[in-house]
Amino acid sequence: MEYIISKYNYWVYIMLMMIGFYAMMGKRNLVKKIVGLNIFQTSIILYFISIAAKKGASIPIVFHGHGHEPVRAFHYVNPLPHVLMLTAIVVMVSTFGVALAFIIRIYRTYGTLEEDEILAQEE
Amino acid sequence: MTEHLSILVVITPLFISFFVFLLSLTKYRYEWHFTVIATCLSFLIALSLLFRVLQTGPFSYRLGGWAPPWGIEYRVDYLSGLMLVTVALVVFITSVYAGKSIRGSGSLTREIIGEEGEVSFFTLYLLLAAGLFGIIMTADLFNLYVFLEITSLSAYALVGTGYKKRAIVAGFNYLILGSIGACLYLLSVGYLYIMTGTLNMADLAQKLPLFYDSRLILVAFALLMAGLSIKMALFPLHAWLPDAHGLAPSIISSILSGCVIEVAAYAMLRAMFTVYTPAFIFEVLPLKEVLSIAAAVAMIGGSTIALAQKDIKRMLACSSVGQMGYIVLGIAIANQTGLTGSLMHFFSHAVIKASLFLAVGAIIYQTRIYDITRLRGLGKKMPVTMTTFTIGALGMIGIPLTTGFVTEWKLAIGALEAGRWPLVPVILLSAMLNAVYFGRVLEIVWFKKDDDQPHGSGETPEPAAVTEAHPLLTIPPLILVSLSIVFGIAAFVPLSIAKKAASMLLGG
Amino acid sequence: MEATNSMTPVFVLLAPLAAIPLIAVTGGKRPNLRETWTILAAVIMFLAAASMLPQVLGGKVVEYRLLTLFPGLDIKFRVDPLGLLFAVTASFLWIVVSFYSIGYMRALDEHAQTRYYICFAIALLAAAGVAFSGNLITILVFYEVLTLSTYPLVVHHEDSEAVKGARRYFSYLLGTSIAFNLPAIFLTYKFAQTLDFSNGGILTGAASPLMITVIFALFVAGIGKAAIMPFHSWLPAAMVAPTPVSALLHAVAVVKAGVFTLSRIVLYVFGVDLLSELGLGIMLGYFVSFTIIAASVIALRQDNLKLRLAYSTVGQLSYIILGVSLLSLKGITGGITHIAMHAFGKITLFMCAGSILIASGRKNISEMKGIGKKMPFTMLAFFIGALSVIGLPPAGGFISKWYLALGCIEAGQMPLLVVLLLSSFLNAAYFMPVVYQAFFGKPDSGDHFYRDDGIQEGPVLAVAALGLTAGGSIVLFFYPQPFLALAGLVGSLTGR
Repeated sequence: MEYIISKYNYWVYIMLMMIGFYAMMGKRNLVKKIVGLNIFQTSIILYFISIAAKKGASIPIVFHGHGHEPVRAFHYVNPLPHVLMLTAIVVMVSTFGVALAFIIRIYRTYGTLEEDEILAQEE
Repeated sequence: MTEHLSILVVITPLFISFFVFLLSLTKYRYEWHFTVIATCLSFLIALSLLFRVLQTGPFSYRLGGWAPPWGIEYRVDYLSGLMLVTVALVVFITSVYAGKSIRGSGSLTREIIGEEGEVSFFTLYLLLAAGLFGIIMTADLFNLYVFLEITSLSAYALVGTGYKKRAIVAGFNYLILGSIGACLYLLSVGYLYIMTGTLNMADLAQKLPLFYDSRLILVAFALLMAGLSIKMALFPLHAWLPDAHGLAPSIISSILSGCVIEVAAYAMLRAMFTVYTPAFIFEVLPLKEVLSIAAAVAMIGGSTIALAQKDIKRMLACSSVGQMGYIVLGIAIANQTGLTGSLMHFFSHAVIKASLFLAVGAIIYQTRIYDITRLRGLGKKMPVTMTTFTIGALGMIGIPLTTGFVTEWKLAIGALEAGRWPLVPVILLSAMLNAVYFGRVLEIVWFKKDDDQPHGSGETPEPAAVTEAHPLLTIPPLILVSLSIVFGIAAFVPLSIAKKAASMLLGG
Repeated sequence: MEATNSMTPVFVLLAPLAAIPLIAVTGGKRPNLRETWTILAAVIMFLAAASMLPQVLGGKVVEYRLLTLFPGLDIKFRVDPLGLLFAVTASFLWIVVSFYSIGYMRALDEHAQTRYYICFAIALLAAAGVAFSGNLITILVFYEVLTLSTYPLVVHHEDSEAVKGARRYFSYLLGTSIAFNLPAIFLTYKFAQTLDFSNGGILTGAASPLMITVIFALFVAGIGKAAIMPFHSWLPAAMVAPTPVSALLHAVAVVKAGVFTLSRIVLYVFGVDLLSELGLGIMLGYFVSFTIIAASVIALRQDNLKLRLAYSTVGQLSYIILGVSLLSLKGITGGITHIAMHAFGKITLFMCAGSILIASGRKNISEMKGIGKKMPFTMLAFFIGALSVIGLPPAGGFISKWYLALGCIEAGQMPLLVVLLLSSFLNAAYFMPVVYQAFFGKPDSGDHFYRDDGIQEGPVLAVAALGLTAGGSIVLFFYPQPFLALAGLVGSLTGR
């Protein structure tokens, strides 16, 4: 029991990831697949943020500048995963943009966004 | 200036891609010229980096002067030098080919993207190149993710510019599956970070041995392998490849098959050997056995599906699946000879597969024919292109005096040295399957008379009207394929580099 | 054995190599000039090869390392009696067949003649390369080039029959090479750490008897060009080729490259001592006996002349292997001499078949009754060629079969002697009726070929060529040099 509660961030992100994965694989509508992809990627971003958190820590901004007092790392949330995730969010958004561009082209070419109808047209 | 060459090789195509895009706002149509210049510069820089490594040994470059592991490190050693030169060469020669293939009046891609689309095409092409170089150079795991995604996004979009309707769906599927792969990779980077606090490859290699029995690190490894296997189209995670590579414009297929999947395999090599040392992957995990099976299945499976293809580009694409198996086989053999064979195969496959796709592109440009059975008698009408294809096919089969033979030799001798006898028949069976499906094409092209066509063709030009393609379409593949012969004979040149790289990887 | 370093072997190969671009550039517009290149190349090649005769007969070996692929793998040449015998035979007969080709191809107005002559040149280059190879990798390279370059020749007519036949040809040869030959070479390299040919073999003591047997079996299966059953079907299938191709390549270059390679491997990779220790020589001898008898029996049942000749070749090739497998001085001498004797004899026979085809359009023996009256020169040459293959005096084949018989006695293998005699009897059984019917048979009435009186021979060049090789067979009976001397050297150096 303790195992589940202490690592609840893992459980949350895994559930989100699986929801996203199911949407990507199980849904036939292409827009839903993209939504699934987004959820999938967001869950991973969530995970990274969750590992940066510390108990009782504040946001990673040093108020008094350098040289006044030593910076104690345990006061601040770990900024590195946040930074990495900014990049990952950018990647996610670009992927989203490309995917949407694909969807527009697909709609123009096939007239539908349902995967089975598209495959039927290709037979 | 020269000390910044390591980053310049990545930045040059990156900046010029922005520049090309801005150029589109003016009336000047020089995007192709700048692409060629950019890739040429990158190739020259890559060569100089390789020479420097060969003379003075591996060296590092720190981005922004920040020392690793806090800063991002770019590392040039034998492996990255070899890969860099290979990829830069293929990208450069292919960009020359683009002059006619994309901008020519008969270009199928131009029908899709229009004249304005050319700018975007070359912009994306340069971004793809920059991404590839970045993956090769970087020694930081997250930086690798960034460049992996730059490469992949450009690739997804470029696949979508293919001529057939299905190319868009293929691009979309590639996007979905590729993004899953990248996300799995990202997740594993997160796991590694949370355990060790660092993202630098060399630093991780030092810190990880403490945690080899940790389940987290094991899962991280599994996620890493899964993610990169998707990117590299290792059987059975290859389903996106026949569609994507088969439907993309030929020039993009050649970069994808020749460079992108290989760079993903390179990333996997880095992950396996530089981050997790051989001690982990071969002693803690039974990876030799697992990978041998995966490689064998990939080699035989890939070649078998290729046999069943009627479309020539899909056939070449399925062949790529099999060829990635060769690389994994060398890893599974896990001694110096075997790994040397794998690294030699990086060079061999890139050069040969790229030239095969470019030759096929020339065929499609001239005849609009994709179907193998309708390529009868093409040998007489397009002799240069078909000679290029023939030499490439001989290289893939592994006829002596080609780089393909050198790879097979090293893999087989390596397997025998390691006592893994059953792997030798796998290599031979794969060679024979290659001989069958390439031989079929060669037989039709050279020795079947084209007056007995099955039924009248609608939209294709009259057989009599087909002529040899423009030099810009015939010379680049010829150059690439002749390199496979030159280095099949003077094999000690790439082999000595590959050997040093292999011992470096295995030595830890 | 003394070794001299000289570039002569390279010059032998350069002659056909230089001819290739010249033939290509000259093309079909000036056929006489184009054919001149071929003849010139063949003559230069023969002279260059023959120039090494004094050295090699004197007991020296000519070596030359061409290039290094990578450490451990060189392309190198080593001219010794065995190699020189093959090279001299092949290059001499190339001259003859080139004249025959000119007569044949022009009489039938064949298409794609430029491609034909180019591929011929490459094939001869490859054959000489095989002859002069100094190690297994060099021989592999040239062996594969031979397969690749002869494929366009086999599929020359490009109709569906030719495509099917050529496909079988190619798949058997390349398939056996990749599946069996290649692993045998890998294993040899692993155990012997070298691929160079050497007099006593390189595998002595390198591996367990079981492993040596396995490697040996892989080599025997892998050298498809030696047409040992069950990997022989490519040879009859290749008869779809134009007759000059069948003549030179499938009586001389390709098939002899096969038995040559196998002999090379038996004598210079395994070595006589190792093989007799393990009893592998005897096993090989009995194994090919089956081919000898079976091929002769199948030949009896063929009505198509070229197919009968093809199966005859299958049998005769195994004679050569039988001789070598005896591992005795006379046996090896006999087998190696037969490379040359059979070449002259069989090439005559094939050229006659082609001559008959041009003059009368006939392919089947049943249609050739009484043809000797219309084509006396051709059929006389056929008779002489048949004598040589059967092994009767005054034809050269008698010499090699004599030595083979002596070799069997020397090695104490009486059953093999019986095999030899039986198969010679069978050879007579399938050749003599052809000759008899040709001269003494009655043509069917209404057969328009026989309507007008007088001789209607094949084209002049063709008949001259086959007359030359028939005459050569007789000359070789009386003066079998330099072949017997070369073969004798091989035997004395390697045999026990």
